[in-house]
Amino acid sequence: MDITPGQAYGFFTDTSVCIGCKACEVACKEWNQLPGNEPAFGDGYDNTGQLDAQNWRHVQFIDNVPDDVLTVGQGKAWLMMSDVCKHCTHASCLEVCPTNAIIRTEFDTVYIQPDVCNGCRDCIAACPYAVIGFNEETGLAQKCTFCYGRLQNNLVPACAKACPTESIKFGDLSEMRNVATARLQLLQSQGVANAQLYGEKEYGGLHALFLLTDKPEAYKQPNTENAVLPSRNNTRSYLASLVTAVLGVVGAVIAFRQRGEEG
Amino acid sequence: MPQHFVAPPQWEWYIVWYFFLGGLAGGAYLIGTLLRLMGDPRDQGVSRLAFLVAFPAMVICPILLTLDLGHPARFWHMLVNSRTGALNFKYWSPMSMGAWALLGFGLFATLSFIEALVQEGRLRHGLARGIADVMGGVLGRLFMVLGALFGLFVAGYTGVLLSVSNQPVWSDTWALGGLFLASGLSVGAATLAIVTRARVDAPTTERKLSRADRVFIVLELVLLAVFFATLGALAGRLFAPRWLVLWVLVAVGTLGPLLMYRAPGAGRRGSPVLAGWLVLLGGLALRIVVIFGAQI
Repeated sequence: MDITPGQAYGFFTDTSVCIGCKACEVACKEWNQLPGNEPAFGDGYDNTGQLDAQNWRHVQFIDNVPDDVLTVGQGKAWLMMSDVCKHCTHASCLEVCPTNAIIRTEFDTVYIQPDVCNGCRDCIAACPYAVIGFNEETGLAQKCTFCYGRLQNNLVPACAKACPTESIKFGDLSEMRNVATARLQLLQSQGVANAQLYGEKEYGGLHALFLLTDKPEAYKQPNTENAVLPSRNNTRSYLASLVTAVLGVVGAVIAFRQRGEEG
Repeated sequence: MPQHFVAPPQWEWYIVWYFFLGGLAGGAYLIGTLLRLMGDPRDQGVSRLAFLVAFPAMVICPILLTLDLGHPARFWHMLVNSRTGALNFKYWSPMSMGAWALLGFGLFATLSFIEALVQEGRLRHGLARGIADVMGGVLGRLFMVLGALFGLFVAGYTGVLLSVSNQPVWSDTWALGGLFLASGLSVGAATLAIVTRARVDAPTTERKLSRADRVFIVLELVLLAVFFATLGALAGRLFAPRWLVLWVLVAVGTLGPLLMYRAPGAGRRGSPVLAGWLVLLGGLALRIVVIFGAQI
């Protein structure tokens, strides 16, 4: 496919066909030369834990299967989801970044310029998806670049290229939306009642769409109501400060005007 | 209850001390300005002391912030885009606003400091005396008012900075800016009360400071109540057993001084100094619990 600057691109991650192989994680680390953290196994197959400075793709293994034996027909499966930066249209990280290190690229993706970032970590406080991590060695905030260098060289992002089940698809954003909608309709027609798309409305539309088979919270994604920007608190917080300042100054003036001899 | 799936920014001790000293510097500068503008000659020694206190507290702030950066040598990226050379000014990003406000406040605090040194007879350099002459006039008063506005901003925006995020607790309230500002004013007044007792014989002004701090503490307590009210059930996160000692310090650092300042003859028995230290302890504990409590 031709990847053209000036056009919006996106991922569509269909969690219903994710097999948890972690090829995306490996391809991402290989291409981006990420050494990774020390592996840590918990109660499951997840040895990377979360998205952070070293993990720009992270396969979630969500064990929602009860330990007691199930009868036939009640079968439940683990949920698996290859999580990634959403490259939000209205991005919280980009909004707060004081250095303008975080930019929107010619492919409409969100990119942290490593030569501009000074490691203040305001973007980490802002990102509602816990996507960005702080690299102690480089002193930088890091996250998925959407394989910016590969896009500039007409190459598909490494994770999408490596995914053996095509759970991760890459392409023109509007085309990805169409593919996602068609897949949703197919699953719903097959009786998967919980199937839903995530990323159509949140933050003005995400550039990483997901087909989920449970509610977003089950995958640690805020639902539409909770997908809110940091700037929502600007006006009322400053207003509270202003009222406090006025009251403080008036109170101090009254206190200073009283005769000093009074108790 | 709001959903949060965020990662903590790992803002720790440098930020705690910055928030504390920023509040102290802003509060002290405002008090110095008000005492100067209101013109009671008995207060002028403490007014000068306020500017002498505000400056060193302010100077430490950018140092702490720089040390907290992953790339300290890139501190100037806060103000200038290193790629384009254009100024970075994002009014909707409190961190960007704070960087400029700190720069502005730094200018005012430095010049007021110089003026105070000249007036105290501890600096006789020609340029410094020229600055002091200008600061002594109408222009100087206007200058101090502007400086006080910057000081108020520095003392209060730190709470706004926390709220303009998606972190649990911080982003679930609008009261933090006001709370930190009220606490900063109180900490500023308390610091001056302590230093005044040690360096200036100004019992009248000491009583004025105590009265002002009473107002600031009441304001802080009201905002603390608003803070908890806006958080609702989320406030429970800040009351984990590990934070209880800090909340005790916050209570002792607000209610204690409030009672001590009210005691008859308080100004003559050294209790304003003890009350002042309690305020400082409470102000520090408040910032520690708010900053760490939301991130752990």
